[in-house]
Amino acid sequence: MENDVVLSVRDLVVQFTLRGQVLTAIRGASLDLHKGESLAIVGESGSGKSVFTKTFMGMLDKNGSVKSGEILYDGMDLAKFTTEAEWLKIRGRRIAMVFQDPMTALSPLMTVGKQIAETLELHQGLKGRAAKQKAIEILRDVGITDPERRYKQYPHEFSGGMRQRVVIAIAVACNPEILICDEPTTALDVTIQAQILDLLRDLQKRYGLTVIYITHDLGVVASVADRIAVMYAGDIVEIGKADEIFYDARHPYTWALLSSLPQLGERGEDLFAIAGTPPNLFRPVKGDAFAPRNPYALKVDFQYRPPYFDVSPTHKARTWLLDPRAPKVERPKNLDRIREMGGYIHE
Amino acid sequence: MSNTASDVLLSARDISVTFGKGKRAFRAVKNVSFDIYRGETFGVVGESGSGKTTIGRAIMRIQPLSGGEICYGGQRISGSIPPELDREMTRKIQMIFQDPMASLNERAKVEYIVAEGLYNISRYVSREYVKEAVSRALSDVGLLPEFASRFPHEFSGGQRQRIGIARALIMQPEFIVADEPISALDVSIRAQVLNLLQRLQRERKLTYLFISHDLSVMRFICDRIAVVHLGEIVELADTDTLYNHPLHPYTRALLSAIPVPNPQVEKEKKLLVYDPSVHDYAKDAPVFTEIEPGHFVLGNQKELDGYRERLAKG
Repeated sequence: MENDVVLSVRDLVVQFTLRGQVLTAIRGASLDLHKGESLAIVGESGSGKSVFTKTFMGMLDKNGSVKSGEILYDGMDLAKFTTEAEWLKIRGRRIAMVFQDPMTALSPLMTVGKQIAETLELHQGLKGRAAKQKAIEILRDVGITDPERRYKQYPHEFSGGMRQRVVIAIAVACNPEILICDEPTTALDVTIQAQILDLLRDLQKRYGLTVIYITHDLGVVASVADRIAVMYAGDIVEIGKADEIFYDARHPYTWALLSSLPQLGERGEDLFAIAGTPPNLFRPVKGDAFAPRNPYALKVDFQYRPPYFDVSPTHKARTWLLDPRAPKVERPKNLDRIREMGGYIHE
Repeated sequence: MSNTASDVLLSARDISVTFGKGKRAFRAVKNVSFDIYRGETFGVVGESGSGKTTIGRAIMRIQPLSGGEICYGGQRISGSIPPELDREMTRKIQMIFQDPMASLNERAKVEYIVAEGLYNISRYVSREYVKEAVSRALSDVGLLPEFASRFPHEFSGGQRQRIGIARALIMQPEFIVADEPISALDVSIRAQVLNLLQRLQRERKLTYLFISHDLSVMRFICDRIAVVHLGEIVELADTDTLYNHPLHPYTRALLSAIPVPNPQVEKEKKLLVYDPSVHDYAKDAPVFTEIEPGHFVLGNQKELDGYRERLAKG
């Protein structure tokens, strides 16, 4: 392992049993997470992006399990963990999570302060007044004004954005090394979304966090990610630095995702839409999973699963188009416009 | 686009909606006026709690007004109206809902869900007619007529939203209120549903009221946009004008917050935060004024002068 890699996933396979059938949600995905970076995992719903990160915290549903592969973290293989006792040392304490919906992630019956103090008591052994002091300090850290008063309030007295700040406060309360943010702003308004993203960026710097963002919003990705992993049908099909993915994507699925952005559309014309539906993961996938929806698919795509081809030392993609023998293919024209796209407010 | 008064399909005059009574009364919509032209897509954008959905519900006549009136094709449709007009409006104005997972009856087959509106406005619908109308509506939205005998849980989110659209189309409406119709959908499915909405509009000359908080989608689909803040329209203009020359500080704050899918721009982006205390409305009350043709903004005299100056600079 390189020395700045904090978490390394190797050929991870995750399966679920549903009504007697086996669904392979993650099909041999690998990923290295570097210290202090922010990595975004993008993909459609059902691509496995949430399941993938849930395995790092032992939070898979009961009918799911890691079939093979390794999750190496601090000399341990998390994939081998079987008991709750093992997970409790990691979950919340060293790898923490910010959930999508602040309405459901908080208990409506407990004051906000208690919920933060609870985490501190459980993981850091703080008691009574010390826990309260620390909780108030964290509330202030996440930008909640008048934290002493807010400490005693219930979640329903908070707005959506403020509630998400509380959820973040709980997640960072134990000084975790890795923070996983699962669609942290999907339930929020645009202006609040921008503020929460600012907060997360700021906390990352202050606490030296390594952050994984899970999102389907490429606009959010552009603002927060150093690196981007594109997931499709349980596998990472392309990974690279943010600039490499936005300006120089190589996988046809990444092209399709970017092309369908409404920001790239012209009024009165059709937006680019990906044809078809994702593959049925109850059945084994032959070749490249995206091939049936891919207008650029080659014959080989239907037969053999493509390996990763390196585009640069930091950028690789799983598509046969990068094979030296493949025919030259032009990427969609409208992707050139990403580079020119500016903000909407010019001073 | 040149619009004359005769093109106005729906007009709202000083409409207000109040929830609660007496001391606890809360005005969710405050004296809002706008016209929607035949065949256009009129967008209402705002944050949660701004009253955008309430405006849509008022037009649907689900929410009674506490003031003002709504006219459709020159006829008043708010308040108490004759039963024939009521029935006509129920047919002509239809709605598409936000969450396709929550807006379909889980216990009913698709055929019933799509045809329900027909049963409601006419008591004598022949079975053959319903069958044919349903299969036509389903194929109009790109679903197979065979789906009529299935239940909603057998469909994906995008397909369910199509069922929701088919249910509106079967009434042969003129005007559709679409309340966040794509917010709950995935990026790739979003594009399909947006394209479908645009195609239906072209083919049937539909008029849309499109309610959303997502300004990047609005820019793509709307002809004109009204920005709503705390129950008031603060700015209204055609889409290009609004995006190129936003005047009201709230509009500017909203636009500055849109995530741009360009990492270089996004990382240097400056966020404008709207602070309502910049307005000094104590002495000089704000007026909703047409500051240039077709471009309305809410402001007091001093602010309007400032806006005019900014427009003159270009």
